Amino acid sequence: MSEPIAALRPLARRMVLHAALAAGATLVMVPLARRPAAADTVKVYIDNFTFAPAELTVAPGTTVVWTNHDDIPHTITSSDGAFKSHALDTDDSFTFTFEKAGSYRYFCSLHPHMVGMIKVG
Amino acid sequence: MSNETEIEPQDDGVGRRSLLKCMLWAGSGVLWTIAGGVPRSLRIESAEAANAAAASSLSFLQISDSHIGFAKEANPDVTATLRQAVERINRMPARPAFVLHTGDITHLSKPGEFDLAAEVLKEVRTERIHYVPGEHDVLEDDGRSFLDRYGQGTQGQGWHSFDQNGVHFIGLVNVVNLKAGGLGNLGGEQLEWLESDVAHLSASTPIVVFAHIPLWSIYPDWGWGTSDAAQALGYLKRFGSVTVLNGHIHQVMQKVEGQVAFHTAMSTAFPQPRPGTAKGPGPMKVPADQLRHLLGITDVSFVPGQGRLAVVDHALDQPSA
Repeated sequence: MSEPIAALRPLARRMVLHAALAAGATLVMVPLARRPAAADTVKVYIDNFTFAPAELTVAPGTTVVWTNHDDIPHTITSSDGAFKSHALDTDDSFTFTFEKAGSYRYFCSLHPHMVGMIKVG
Repeated sequence: MSNETEIEPQDDGVGRRSLLKCMLWAGSGVLWTIAGGVPRSLRIESAEAANAAAASSLSFLQISDSHIGFAKEANPDVTATLRQAVERINRMPARPAFVLHTGDITHLSKPGEFDLAAEVLKEVRTERIHYVPGEHDVLEDDGRSFLDRYGQGTQGQGWHSFDQNGVHFIGLVNVVNLKAGGLGNLGGEQLEWLESDVAHLSASTPIVVFAHIPLWSIYPDWGWGTSDAAQALGYLKRFGSVTVLNGHIHQVMQKVEGQVAFHTAMSTAFPQPRPGTAKGPGPMKVPADQLRHLLGITDVSFVPGQGRLAVVDHALDQPSA
């Protein structure tokens, strides 16, 4: 389970930053080294036409939430048809739970140079 | 418009210095003419420009990227700037034969956005408006919202052609069925249609192609190009005058390659950064008093017998010529 922890670190950093911004850096209580349980939720953000993190490794059963921070709509579209969101306007989210192990490539169907990958296993 | 517009370094058929000189004037009241693949720029108030305008029997306007429904910081009132663009068109000395809208009419493909755009655009004093969709117009239902309104008499996802004053116009759709990691895409069915559409035309017929995403590779890192454009342009190689009008990148860019002149228009909604100068290609926030200098319309005229089209960009804050 070392891979999922590594994958979560950028997210944790981001949450720390958010918390710091929101609470003046006094309420930083995000657990940095928590092991992800199977039922975890992991977040991916879209900023400046980029998925971050672009590649993520999660345990089966993990729910991934994508949130669009751009002023332009984007979609989360699986390359093999496993999932496809509606167009996400600013701050809209899309959620998908990955039950089966495998590698899931996805992209934005409006701006196909935007690509990402979820590895489940 | 900005006087810092850049061109691709691989331009041929014209010296980089002379093209850059032309481009310094782009959008600031300069008439752009294209003769035999070599662009010349003339001050719009010059006698030659006046003569060219008088002799011109065909004048049309391009409008692009109105993004009705967008209401973010880069422009909280895109309806007002579209109205201003319409007023700008209606003040042109010559009434345009028609208007081309090169896509992203709406921001989110919502029926209310299409309706509002139609309400504003019906005030344009012209015969008709031809539309091709941008990716923002086909967000849902395989582009039904767009096709229900503008698909009449078109093929596939909205591609079509028509003739006016001896010029053959081709509207292409390169915003649907996009593939992961790719760019804009025309697709096999549309390319076949294009090949047969131009097969019967004589090589001396001036061609105008209009589509949303640029048909030349401007900045692939931001998706600013069309993967199968070379095949489409291959079918047009035998023609002496080809003008390609695009939108999508919300700024003026021009390039001449052989007999083909490429041009992208300003948006009426918000500007986008020059390639590679920002983290991404999203809306660019500028001081309120500069916004209307970066939004605008494009005026195109054709002079019979001269085989050249004049392309002039007008910023919204520019006084009428």
